Amino acid sequence: MKIKLGSKKLAAFVFIAVLLALTLSGCGADNVLYVYNWGEYISDGSEGSLNVEKAFEEYYFELTGETLDVRYTTYPSNEDLYAKISGGGSEYDVIFPSDYMIERMISEGLLQKINLEAVCEKYGVECLYSYIDDNYKGLYYDPTDEYSVPYTYGRVGIIYNKEVVDEADIGGWDLMWNEKYAGKILQFNNSRDAFATALFKLGYSVNTTNEAEWREAHDLLLQQKSIIQGYVMDEVFNKMESGEAAIAPYYAGDYFIMRRANENLGFYYPENTNIFVDAMCIPKGSRNPEIAALFINFMLSEEIAIENAKYVFYASPNSLVYNNAEYREFMGEEAMEVLYPENFDFSGELAKNGFRNLDPETLALISSLWEDLKITGGIGTGVYVVGAVVILVIIAGITALTIRKKRRARYE
Amino acid sequence: MKILSRIYLILIFAFLYAPIAVMLLISFNAGESTTQFMGFSLRWYRELFRDSATLDALRNTVILSVSAAVISTVIGTMAAVGIDRMRTRWLRRSVMIVTNVPMMNPDIVTGISLMLLFVFAGRLMGLSKYLGFTTLLIAHITFNLPYVILSVLPKLKQMNKHIPEAAQDLGCTPLQSFFRVELPCIAPGIITGFIMAFTLSFDDFVISNFTSGTSFETLTIHIYSMIKKSVKPDIYALSTLIFATVLIMLFIYNFLEARSERIERMKANADIKMESNIRKLMRRRRDKSDAQKQGTR
Amino acid sequence: MSGKRSFWQRAAAAPHMVWSVLFIIAPLIFVLYYSFTDSQGNFTLDNIKSIFNQKYVVIFVNSVTLAVIATLICLVIAYPLAYIFSRMRERWQKVAILLTILPLWMNFLITTYSWMTLLEDTGVINTILKKIGLNPIHMINTPGAVVVGMVFCFLPYMILPIYSVMAGLDVQLIEAAADLGCNSFKILTKVIMPMSVSGVVSGITMVFVPSISTFFISQKLGGGTFQLIGDTIEGYFTGTAINYNVGASLSLILMILILISMAIMNRYTDTEDTKGRPML
Repeated sequence: MKIKLGSKKLAAFVFIAVLLALTLSGCGADNVLYVYNWGEYISDGSEGSLNVEKAFEEYYFELTGETLDVRYTTYPSNEDLYAKISGGGSEYDVIFPSDYMIERMISEGLLQKINLEAVCEKYGVECLYSYIDDNYKGLYYDPTDEYSVPYTYGRVGIIYNKEVVDEADIGGWDLMWNEKYAGKILQFNNSRDAFATALFKLGYSVNTTNEAEWREAHDLLLQQKSIIQGYVMDEVFNKMESGEAAIAPYYAGDYFIMRRANENLGFYYPENTNIFVDAMCIPKGSRNPEIAALFINFMLSEEIAIENAKYVFYASPNSLVYNNAEYREFMGEEAMEVLYPENFDFSGELAKNGFRNLDPETLALISSLWEDLKITGGIGTGVYVVGAVVILVIIAGITALTIRKKRRARYE
Repeated sequence: MKILSRIYLILIFAFLYAPIAVMLLISFNAGESTTQFMGFSLRWYRELFRDSATLDALRNTVILSVSAAVISTVIGTMAAVGIDRMRTRWLRRSVMIVTNVPMMNPDIVTGISLMLLFVFAGRLMGLSKYLGFTTLLIAHITFNLPYVILSVLPKLKQMNKHIPEAAQDLGCTPLQSFFRVELPCIAPGIITGFIMAFTLSFDDFVISNFTSGTSFETLTIHIYSMIKKSVKPDIYALSTLIFATVLIMLFIYNFLEARSERIERMKANADIKMESNIRKLMRRRRDKSDAQKQGTR
Repeated sequence: MSGKRSFWQRAAAAPHMVWSVLFIIAPLIFVLYYSFTDSQGNFTLDNIKSIFNQKYVVIFVNSVTLAVIATLICLVIAYPLAYIFSRMRERWQKVAILLTILPLWMNFLITTYSWMTLLEDTGVINTILKKIGLNPIHMINTPGAVVVGMVFCFLPYMILPIYSVMAGLDVQLIEAAADLGCNSFKILTKVIMPMSVSGVVSGITMVFVPSISTFFISQKLGGGTFQLIGDTIEGYFTGTAINYNVGASLSLILMILILISMAIMNRYTDTEDTKGRPML
């Protein structure tokens, strides 16, 4: 395609492009707050809900008369978060790591203490930390509660399709190894979560440092590999909703989101299962720790916390949320029972079945075993044969070309 | 034969547009799922305009890809001119090899190598915050440059080298001759390079993933981070809007181009007419002088 | 006068050269540095050695196999297509090229999700198959699905360079061949094919390189049941056990592998450095 344009037009073109870039870049605010959260993990204004980011900007303006720009970015996993924080080069003010990651970050000195009360006093607002239920305070990863404020918690359970799965088969982790449902089972595409399912089935601790136990778990996962449909993360939503798959382990809150689209889904907790807390923390490099603390306090306020809990659908440790009648009605009785079980020894369960930060050797072992698991069985001999044939054809082609070229050279 | 090639065309375009058709359909889904269609609605388009995080990411992506494309077009065009004039063979060859590296290198290697550099440089300078817009911009310019250079170079080669010389003999300064004479000649290559650079930046994921930092999230990174919770159809709505915009822009561009070409052709026709008129005149004069010669004989 | 002029024009390449040294060569030196050091920064060959174990060989073989198959399929599809394009009327040629470029603008994460919707057992294609009374085909979570995803993503990069060479072919040359008694098959093999080699080479480069290092498509369409080199490298930089050194060595080996195969290809096809690059 030929394009005929004079240099004047070209200049105009470039000029417009630059202008476009400049107008889009927006203007600065007095302060900037960098919030780094899981994807889809805060109420963002969709479906008539509240946009927390904007709400905090307004709240801050009313409180101080200064403008604030909340820069909200997202990450897909604790490991990605850790890579960004530990790799350096980025500055965040509020992050949302899970329990074991908080333990790791504290031990590596990546987090700073949160002075919630002092900050609330300074800004003259009520400190809402006391509304966090005592069950979720003093947990192992942060015994003095200086570094983190819990945001959500939950447990992993098994989601199954009632139309496919016999009631008799449900109950434990065995369902995920049941050959009757070969090709209908999904597994986590995340090494720690996937290994946890096998370790629970074996009755080992998910934080074992015994290499033999990890290898045993690997063998169990390998045995499962032939009957599972695939290793998935977010695809679990679509696959369970459409009936593509019938059995999948995932977080309790997400089950209720899936059930909105497929009424045939059921859910249960196996006896021992992974439990997690995601909490708000302020990393070391934060330049605005006070505004960050104010944001955390804001996240605890009744209206905001309820909006978030409704959006994320995970259980909230905030008593302002789970005691709210309107919230309870929105969630429905079943969800309240599943997400907020009564007489549940949270801290004991977390200490027993929650993930802990493991030593580098064990982490390296897990990732190596995970690779082993992924490559075994490979892509099938048929594919290799096709590949080999293709490569042979290419080699033959190249040789033919060279021979012809040489002949021609001789001829000339 | 003709029918066969028609069928073939249709099949390939069906393949290329099947996922786009799915995307279009899902964007109008009434339900929350991205696999099951539950009826037509504009719900997700409304949602999209309320989803500030996604819109911010879109804005960032546009800013980044426009800036990266503009800067790499300027540097790349200059480089192409320089390379074209280079006479030292080894220098020219080595510059070309280095230029090709980001194209030959897998994205993931370019991404991590730049990340390692940025982390090192940032620590060396004692900065706490260096991954962000600047590093992304540098990374994007780096992988755009070869595409710009390789679009401009052939146009420079095709250009008649005597034209700028003639312009300078007629009193143009070198700079004037470049902007007035050479630039219009290579403009098609420059625009091609610009569009390629913009396209590549706009859709890049791998390199951005490794070189981005806090404040600046592009669309692909934003979508990738939805990996734990599910991707919602409002992203499909956004993609549909992008698709429609690009489609319209491409066709307007095509139309304008066709028009300018028609004008060129008319000009060319006029030139041919003029030329033939001159030829006729000259022939007549020659005939006359021949006649005169014969007459004198 | 002339010398001065050309000096300034040659100097126009200076910003690019500085840029290349800073952001192309220097980063590669860092990859080298990390490949040959341990986490303390001491020289070691352990990273490189650790790659030459069976596991990584399998991963490399898997990646190369899938990439080679995807590239070949792209070539087989794109070559006749580019030929058909180049024989269309000029106005339609432009439309065809625009339609080829357009899918490149779509976010590949979203199109990959769309492919999942298409290929699943309960997906669009199988639903249609069932409706017309055919047996459904299991496609998702197989290497085949990954190849389909790659071919979709990178096919335009194969079509464009081949087309741009074919469109530039001198029609008179083909007519001359026909006058000299070539049938259309001979014209294809003796005239068109040899002359379009440069387009094919750059097409192969532009498809093979991204498909060997892809990591999102393999996770989503392959169901995560096998691991490719892109997944592995990514894991070393953002996964459970971060290890820049091993990650860098893997990248180094991948890079060398690609450079060698490109060098071989270029050697046997002797193309000019700029000819046949994709033009819009």
